[in-house]
Order: sequence, then structure tokens, then C-alpha cells
Amino acid sequence: MKTHDVAIIGAGVIGTSIARELSRYKLDIALIEKEEELAFGVSKSNSGIIHPGTQNPPGSMKGCLCVQGNALIRKISKELGVDFKEVGELIVAFNEDDIKELLRLKKEAELLGVPGLRIVDKDWLEKNEPNLNSVAVCGLYAPTAGIISPYRLVYDLAENAVRNGVEIFTKAKVINISRADKYFEINTSLDLFKSRYLVNAAGLFADEISGMLGINDFKIKPRKGEEFILDKKKADLARHLIFPLPSKVSKGVLIIKTADGNPMIGPTAEDIEDKEDFSTSDSGLNKVLMSARRLIPSINDKDIIAYFAGLRPVAGDDFIIRHEEKCPGFINVAGIQSPGLTASPAIAVLVANILKKNELALKKKLIFHAHRKKTMHLFEIPLTKTQALIKKDHAYGDIVCRCEMVSAKEIRDAVRRGAKTMDGVKFRTRAQAGRCHGSFCTTRIIKILAEETQTPLTGITKRGRGSEIVRGGRGLIND
Amino acid sequence: MIKRDLVIVGGGPAGMAAAVSAYENGVKDILLVERDQYLGGILNQCVHTGFGINYFKEILTGPEYADRFIEKVKNIPEIEVSLKSIVVSLMPDKIITFLKPGRLETIKAKAIIMATGCREKTREMVHIQGTRPAGIFSAGLAQKLINIEGLLPGKEIIVVGSGDIGLIMARRFTLEGAKVKAIIEIQKETRGLLRNMVQCVEDFNIPVYFNHKISRIYGKDRVEKVSVCKVDDNFNEISGSLFEIKCDTILMSVGLIPENELIEMAGVRIDGNKTSVPGIFMCGNCLKIYDLVDWVTQDSFLAGKLAATTIELLLKPGSHSNTMGAGLQ
Repeated sequence: MKTHDVAIIGAGVIGTSIARELSRYKLDIALIEKEEELAFGVSKSNSGIIHPGTQNPPGSMKGCLCVQGNALIRKISKELGVDFKEVGELIVAFNEDDIKELLRLKKEAELLGVPGLRIVDKDWLEKNEPNLNSVAVCGLYAPTAGIISPYRLVYDLAENAVRNGVEIFTKAKVINISRADKYFEINTSLDLFKSRYLVNAAGLFADEISGMLGINDFKIKPRKGEEFILDKKKADLARHLIFPLPSKVSKGVLIIKTADGNPMIGPTAEDIEDKEDFSTSDSGLNKVLMSARRLIPSINDKDIIAYFAGLRPVAGDDFIIRHEEKCPGFINVAGIQSPGLTASPAIAVLVANILKKNELALKKKLIFHAHRKKTMHLFEIPLTKTQALIKKDHAYGDIVCRCEMVSAKEIRDAVRRGAKTMDGVKFRTRAQAGRCHGSFCTTRIIKILAEETQTPLTGITKRGRGSEIVRGGRGLIND
Repeated sequence: MIKRDLVIVGGGPAGMAAAVSAYENGVKDILLVERDQYLGGILNQCVHTGFGINYFKEILTGPEYADRFIEKVKNIPEIEVSLKSIVVSLMPDKIITFLKPGRLETIKAKAIIMATGCREKTREMVHIQGTRPAGIFSAGLAQKLINIEGLLPGKEIIVVGSGDIGLIMARRFTLEGAKVKAIIEIQKETRGLLRNMVQCVEDFNIPVYFNHKISRIYGKDRVEKVSVCKVDDNFNEISGSLFEIKCDTILMSVGLIPENELIEMAGVRIDGNKTSVPGIFMCGNCLKIYDLVDWVTQDSFLAGKLAATTIELLLKPGSHSNTMGAGLQ
């Protein structure tokens, strides 16, 4: 059995960021994921906001990492060819009391080092955010806020990490872990892994992983957020990310611009028990609509084309990122709720430093491939470029998903780059993510997946075993 | 830029009838753009009978009905058909761009007929609480999977809504050996044709629950069950009426929406039966949702004729096309 220098449990944005950061060094790294594909846990239901660092207490770890991460993500997104757009955010005040609160937020954010903050008045708001509720009196404008596709970031981080030598294992659910002779033995549903260091980035299940090594001093409490995606036709609904004043448990219901163009409204914030409860509700919808309309009154529920619920892995108020002295070589990266996506590159650097402090030799590789070729998406390029692409490869003109304009070529490429499921194709390409919800393109995508992965059509799943799309074929019905 | 007299978007029954009619009314340069690999549109997956009773005075299947027009179109050399071609841009000055394998083409037309059909409302649009597992299909997608691909989407079926496609699919699943456990309709009567209620539902003893709705969908990876409740006149749940049905598949048949994204993108307004741009016409399900294809054919013939008149007027010096009035009358 091969011994890895570092094993990372959990291939969401935290696990893949750490893996990619560590792949700069001469290390054998294993990234272990229980799901069929990467980013299928907490990361897939992320809002995709790169926060500027506002709405965090000045002394908090998450506040510092958020500000650092916001700076780092720009370079990383360029290196990986993931689209990052700096759209800026507005926290909106509706009355005199709100203004006091805004000023307090501004001061706290400035202590954290958030750049460029300013209070904008009613005139500014009317000019720069025309659909905003006219009752708004002023806003806190943070220019460094941005948006990114959370899953494409994970997939591209992972692809780059693999190029730099990281080994990724999916469908490997950790059953138990033991520590003997300076090694961790990680017994999973796929295989037994051995590593010198172990990083726990298991998201909602980080407490259970930690518990396997006797560290039981934190609990992950899922906090559910329901989000509602609007039709792309409404892409101009808002020009910035729009926030109300934050509450104690969340940043509130927001108007979110997304990297895909569809505006999104949400999320709710509800503490629940079940780590697998991703259901949405009428009450969630009503709450989100009511709160979102307070910001932009013209929002119409008829424009909702999709919705989902995600669970934030909450462990107290701040992140838990530490080396466990009781279990040398074990690093917990837990409770990474908002602003975890923004902080992820800074968390990765922090984890590398913690490993170094605990005597892992970080020797730089002679060649680290920092760059990857940007993935082509027809929906984000002008038609003149599309024309050139089609000339180069006919399959770019073979449109499979007409709502989002995704070609057979893009879908095939996505599968060749690692998509194994319908959701994996959707997250990478946007095929099935539009207004018809896959009614027109499902059959072709199933066929492409089956062909590329050499799987029977009946074996194609939505997101892994048990979620097969069809249950039989001609002559198979009575099987 | 290539110039054409008439471009028709959509090669289903509406587009084909419009093309034939335009030709018969004197247009000699017609391009019919279809995104699928064959003409006929949604008729190709409608293998049941009931088509053509009014127009052909015969009972035909969907593919048979489509075939009559495909033959006609094929026999008119003045109609050029471009398959696997998807229109990505329409401008109010009648410039249209489409992609096909290996090509992007931009065409300036004298007249355009949009015959883009419709799509089905999804579970997301009617908002049903619960999880989002595999096993939730629009009735039309299920129809395509069974009739075109030879795949069975599921074995224990709940149909939501009693639109015609839902009723027809209830029978189709039964014939394929699956068990249709219930049709759940929020209204107090069917939205579909009476004949479909009799031939697809009553003849197969499929239970229908009127004044009921799905309250919640359950299942982590695949649909496992639904809870159903009775509703009052405002479609609100009547307390105490909740019950559960085990199933692995949910078919949505809750209505159709005209596909007018291109028209909207062009900034063309639809006002009743007219468009705001002279020379841009619409026909078929993208204009309004029809019960029967026979009426689609009939109205689309009119659209073809109107387009022909517009083009003819353009050819005559001194005339103004916009005296024509745009759109279907």
C-alpha cells in the first residue's frame, strides 16, 4: 500500500483548494471524496459570492481569511481560467437606525482591511441600481465583491491539482480512521489509504471524521438555505450584489448575481438536525420572495426557473482551522460556512503553513503548472468567436441544450474532463440548467454520457448510484 | 450576408404548413430552419392516434400526420430545409442567425415566420415542496424516452395535472407494464380532451383525484413517494386530507408555455394575433396553445399566405409593407 504524505478528506472547494496549494510542493497527496463527483456536498449549493469581507467581526478568523481570500482568488481565477467578475456589493439602509448600523459595519470592515468602502446616497442608488426599492435611503458600497461559479472553481482547481500530481478518489466514504506508527490508516468504502498527515475538510461531516480520531469538541449543525434562481431574461435585475442589513444568523436574503447570468434570490437560514435534508418549502419561497421584494419590488415569482437548498456546516461563530495536538499530524478544517468560498484560497495557504509548522517539509517542485487552459463556453462568447470555433470543430455548432446554448462538443469535453453524472454535466456546462429544466436535452446528454463512459443508458444517474434517470429499456421492463 | 425571401423557424406542423402555403401563394425562395435532425416536431413522438380527423377526415398517428407534410415539403424544391439548425439571434430588421454542425449563418429575410412551438411547465414553475431527486419528468420528456429512445423512465407513476400529454402518457406507461398509481389534478375537472379522459384513463381504470395537489415530494436519490392533499377553491390544502402514495416517478403535465424567447430578444411585441414588426409573423403553439394539430395547420396556412402577400408587396415599387399589418389576423 502506498503511503501518501497528506490525505485530504472532502473534495469541496476547501479540500480541492488545499490539494491544489499543496501540489506546489514535492508531496504525495490523496484527495478523498465520498460522493460520485467533486463539489457534490456543501459547495454545489454555494451562492458563488466572493465577499469583500464586510459583515464579519474584526477579530474573527473568517473575517481575516475572507479579506485575504478575496485578494487571492483574482490570481487563482486567472490562472485556472475560471470567470471571476468584480461586481461590487451594496448593503442597503431603509431608515435612520439602519444608517447607524451601516456606519458600524463600515468601521468594522475597515478594521479588517476591506478596501474601497464608501457610503452612497439616494441619488447614487437611483442612478446605479435603478430597480432598487425607492424607499432605500443609502447604502454601503463595497467595490471588491465579486461572483464566481462555485462548482467550476472546484472542478478547475481539481483538474489543475491532478495535473500537478494530486490523486483524487471518489466514491470513497470514510468508515473509520486509526493512527498507528506515525501513520493514519483511513479505511474507506473504496480502499484503505495510508498517510502521514491528515486534513479534515469533510464539510457537514467534519465532526464525525474528527470524532473517529477522538476529537469531539465541536459539532457541525446544518443551517439550511433555500435559494431560488430566476430566468436569464432577468439578468439585468440588479447591477450589484444587494444585501439587507445582516441578522445574527445570516447575511439575510440577498439579490445575487451569478456567474451564469441568472439572478438568484435567497438564502433562508434555518437551523436543522438532518445533514441530508435538502428539501425546499413553500414557507421558504414565501419568505425569500417577501424579503427580496423589500430590496427589489418588481421581482416576479413567475420568473423562478429553479430552486435548491444547501446546508451550511456551522460549528459555532467562526471557522475551526487548527492542528490537533492530541492527535499529531491531524488538521481540522471545520465549520467553514460563509464566507468559506471566498476564504478558500487563504485557508489553503494557512493549512500549508500549519503543516509546515508541524514538520512537513514543503519543498517546491521544479515545475508547478499554475495555469490551465480556460474551458470554452459558448454562452459567454460573442457569435463571431462562436463562428471561428465551429469552423475549427463542427461539434460546436451541434447545440444540445438550447435554453443555455450548450454544444455537443462542450458536453463531450466535460465528460472527458471528469463529469460522470447528469448533475456533473449540468454544473460544468449549464446544460439542463435553463428554463426547460432538461425537458429537451436530457435524452441527448444521457446518450453522450453513456457513449463516453461506456455505460449502458440505464446506468446513467443524476448524481450517483441510486439516482438512475431511467429504470429500464425495451425488453428490460420485467427485469 | 445571404438574402432570402422567407425564413421559417421551426419544422413542426406549423412551420411546414406555413412553408407549403407560402409557396402556394407565390413565394419561391423559402428556408425552413429546424433544430432537430428531422422535420415533424413533437408529432414524431406522438405515436398515438387521433390526429387529422378534422383536416384530413382520417384518423392518423402523429408521425403519419407529420409525414403527409414532410412529403409535400420534400416535393417543393423552392423550400430548402436546414436541419440540426438552431436560431440564436433574431433582429427586428429581419436578420436571423443560426448555428448548425460546422456552420454559423446569418440571413437577411424579407419576411420571417416564427413557428417555434411551446415547452412544458416544469415542477419548478408550479413550485412543489420537497426534495429534487431523479424521477421527475415533464410528460413530454417521458414520451420521448419511451417512444423514441425505447427507455422506460419508471415503474410506479404519479401524473401531476391532467393535460392531454399527461393523460396519454398514463395510458402509454400502463401499456408498457408500469403501474400508474394516480393522476392528481388541482382543478375540479380535466384540462385535457374528453376523449383522452375516456380512452386513456377510464378504459384503463387509472384513479384520478380532482381538487387534489401534491403537497410534497420525498426521496433522496430517486423519487420514493409523494404526499397528496385535497384543496379548497383557492387551491389551499384542506387540513386532515393528507395521504401518501409510493411511487418512483412523477410526470408533470401542468400546462404549456409558448417558446417566444427569440421574439422577446428581438424586442418584438406580441399584441393579440399581431407582432409589432411588419414582416415578422407567428403561427402554431408559439402564438397560442392549441388542442388539435388540425387547427394549427389551418391557421399556419394563413400565416404563410400573409407572409407571401408581404413579400409580394415589397416587390411592387411604391408600396409599403407596413400597410399590410403584421402578424396573424
